[in-house]
Parts: sequence; structure tokens; C-alpha cells
Amino acid sequence: MNHASKDAATDAVRALRDAAPSALAVLVRRYGDFAACEDAMQEALLAASAQWPADGVPDSPRAWLVRVASRRYIDEVRSDAARRRRESVAAELEPPPVPVPSRDDTLALFLLCCHPALSRPAQVALTLRAVGGLTTAEIARGLLVPEATVAQRISRAKARIRASGERFRMPRADEADARLAALRDVLYLIFTEGHTATSGEALARVDLSTEAIRLARQLHAAGPDPSGETTGLLALMLLTDARRAARTDATGAIVPLDEQDRTLWDRASIDEGVALVTQVLDRAPIGPYQVQAAIAAVHDEAASTADTDWLEILTLYKLLGHLAPGPMVALGRIVALAMVEGPEAGLSALDLEEMRADVEADAPLTEHHRTWAVRAHLLERAGRTDAASLAFAEAARRTLNGPEQRYLAAKAESLRSIH
Amino acid sequence: MKYFIQIYSNPSSRQAWESFSAEEQASGYEYYQRISDELAASGELIADEALADVSLAKHVTRTADGVTVGDGPFAETKELLAGFYLVDCESEARAIQIAGRFPEAEYGLIEVRPVLEMSGGSDL
Repeated sequence: MNHASKDAATDAVRALRDAAPSALAVLVRRYGDFAACEDAMQEALLAASAQWPADGVPDSPRAWLVRVASRRYIDEVRSDAARRRRESVAAELEPPPVPVPSRDDTLALFLLCCHPALSRPAQVALTLRAVGGLTTAEIARGLLVPEATVAQRISRAKARIRASGERFRMPRADEADARLAALRDVLYLIFTEGHTATSGEALARVDLSTEAIRLARQLHAAGPDPSGETTGLLALMLLTDARRAARTDATGAIVPLDEQDRTLWDRASIDEGVALVTQVLDRAPIGPYQVQAAIAAVHDEAASTADTDWLEILTLYKLLGHLAPGPMVALGRIVALAMVEGPEAGLSALDLEEMRADVEADAPLTEHHRTWAVRAHLLERAGRTDAASLAFAEAARRTLNGPEQRYLAAKAESLRSIH
Repeated sequence: MKYFIQIYSNPSSRQAWESFSAEEQASGYEYYQRISDELAASGELIADEALADVSLAKHVTRTADGVTVGDGPFAETKELLAGFYLVDCESEARAIQIAGRFPEAEYGLIEVRPVLEMSGGSDL
């Protein structure tokens, strides 16, 4: 593909994905049947992805999608109706002019995809397709599962929504908060799924991090954010994604934060993320995504690990520990403590934390590979090389991530050879 | 998360299976099929296969002289891999729940292992 046609294809994909949720909202608002409308929209998106790169993006991508999807939907209902000899239904279905969807409709669509009757994987797949405008094949490439699996997940999810009898509308205020919280978690899950490797077959993988940021932007634009957490989420994604180019080397191996080439960090993303988090901390009640974004911002604004304001990070982790306690937050606090007071202080805190976890039968902390990785790093910094090597080996054994396993095993090996 | 559910057989589970009548064996096969259908419907199934008899297995060794193929030493193995399910499900607890439905679980012959992810990981 030459540059011009590649650009045309990229433009077309961007246009259709941006227009997809509001077009689907118009369709569902008009005909009511979410499952059938979503199928029709998927066909319209496939038609658009074949036609637009060659013919150019239409003046109003949304109107184009609504028109084509409406036609598909009506064809489908007509053939159903013919089967059932109920022609009168189809007669009422001639498309009226395209109305302008309200921002509420896009938000309602987002929240419908996070219906509480759906499992997390189903919410992820449905959000990517109905709001993200991705095809089933693209979602499958992003999640690294077979296309049939994604197709099943989506059709099952739609059947469940239908069975629940939920109408297309904004959830009541008391439900909306919980749905929004679930939706933010789904978007963050999509984002973390997408920490893409840069080598081999992973190249063909659909970039889910970029999709998650795009969707978080849409959600952020879709309405006020009284909790401040949607803004916090978007800032966290931007501030984390800014380090992407430095996170892996040419072979796809992991580069830890303190060894990353910080000139590769994306300044524009950092500036935008910092601005978002600064503004939201001023206006909204504090929440976990905001605090995580603030921590990421402190890292992103430092010229090196040594220049990082670790006292600030320690304070933020303590705050996060109150808002959303958990083993990973405890570990983050211990890492920060070790940077402020030295590796021995970190190791003592880790021992204490593990004792507490033992007493409370909080198995995840003592068993998690990250606990071992943190212990290994602290032991290495404290000069206890042999113990560090053993801890790195244990961390490597426990991780479920291939590149991480290679990194940890290499650390264990390099420390073993020093005597 | 993806999990690899391995179903083994051993002499006592094989003996139990062989003691079944043809109808009982047929309903046994149906039971596995039903689990497969359910997992396919929920979108959790990636692959499932039953393996052919171990007498058809080949032992492959590569040396400087090339690849040699032999039959052994499977005959002495008491526990044999009989089949597997590759599932993508929400949690380890769910994978264990699925694994617990197979009759071999009564003999302690099911093993659930997480699959390594190949993504770049986080910064922590």
C-alpha cells in the first residue's frame, strides 16, 4: 500500500469509528431493538470500511452510516415479516430524516454495554463493537482470541440485555453511578489489555490502548463528570501511554521505568494528562483514578528516577491506600518508601506487610510475582546479591507474562554470575 | 485470562470407563459435548480436543544426525493426557469451576494452568 492510500484508509477508519456510536444511538432510538440495530450497524461499518478508503469519506459519516444501517435493518425486518406474513410492520418502517443524536444517547449506549447482567469479557467485547465501532475480527485480533469466541460473546451479551427487558434510555440516577464506575473499569481493562508488544505476530494486533483512550475521550466529552473519575481515568491513560515507546526495546523486551530513555516519552500526551489531572484535583472529590493519574504525572514530569519527587509519590500512595486499599497499592507505597528512606526501610515495610497479609489470609500479596520482584529489586539495591537473584528467579517463576518472565529471569541470571 | 485445562487418565479412571456399557459411554460423551456447547455459547471456549490413544504417539528426538522417531517410553506412563480445553474466562475461580465439572476430577486428574500473556507488561 502506498502512502496516500494508507492515509486514506486511516482517515476512513478514524471517521467511521468516531461516527459509529452516535449513528447506532440514532438507530436504536428510532427502532428500539438494540440487538438487531447493532447487527445492522455492524454491516454498515463493514460496508463503510470497504467503500470509504476508495471513494473518500462522505460529508456526514454519521448520516451515511444511519442510512445504510437503516436499510439493512428494514430489509431484515421485512424478510422476517414476510416469513411471518406481517407486512404491515415493515410498511411503517420507512426511514425519517436523520435526527441529531443528543450527547445523552451516546452516554446511554456506553452504559447499556456495561449492563450488570453481563460478564466483564462480554462488556469489553460489546463496548468495543457497539461504541468503539470495531468489527468482530478486529476485536478478536486485539484480544488475541478466535473471532468465533468474540462473536459468541457479543450475541450472548445482546441476548442477555434483551432478556433483561432493559429499554434504551439513560439509567436512573441511582443506577447510573454504578454503571459509570463499571464502564470506567471496562475502559481501563481495554487499555491495559493493549500494552502491545512491538515484535513478531503482535504487530498485527489491533491497538486496544489507543482505542481505550479514544473511548475515554468520548465518555469524557459526553457529559459532566461530577465524581472527577472519568477525567482521572483519561489522564491516567494518557500519562501511562506517553511512556509506551520507551517501555519495550527493539526485541520486545521490557525496559523498567528507571532505565527508560525519557526522551522517547510523548510530551504532548504528558502535557494533556497533567493539565487534566491538575484541573480535576481542584474541582472534584478525590478518587482512585485521579490519584493514580497524579502518581503517573509525578513520574512523567521527572527527568530521571533520581530527580523524581518520591516523597510526593509516597504521600499519594498513602492516600490511594485509604481510597482503594489493595496489594498492588501497598507495593507501590513500599517502593516509594524505599526511594525516600532506603532499601532496608523498604524491605522492613515489605516484611511487615507480608506478616499482615498472612494474618488476614490475604494470599494475593505473598503469592504475587510483583511482591517477589519488588523484594528482589530492594535486595539488589541493598547489595544482597545472592538473595536478590533467588527472589528474581521466584518472581520469574510466578509471572503470567512472557516478556516480563524473560526480563526477571535475565536479572536473576546476571546477579548469579557476580561473585 | 486464558487457561489450559488438562484432563488426564490413569489406570483406575480407565478401568471405570471400560466398565461402562455402550449407552453409559455414549451419555458420557454427551456430557463432555454439553460442556463444550455451553462454553462455546458463553464465548469462553477457544479449543477443545480429545487425544487419540497413546499407542499412536511418537517420541521425537533431534540429534546431530537428524530427527529420530520412536514409540517409547509412553507405555510405562501411568497418567496420560487424554484431552484438553483451552478457555478464555474471567478468573481462575471460573476456570476451576469449569474444570470441576469433568468426571476425572473425582480421580484428581484435572490440571488447570494459566497461559502466559505476551504483552509488554506494565511499568511497575
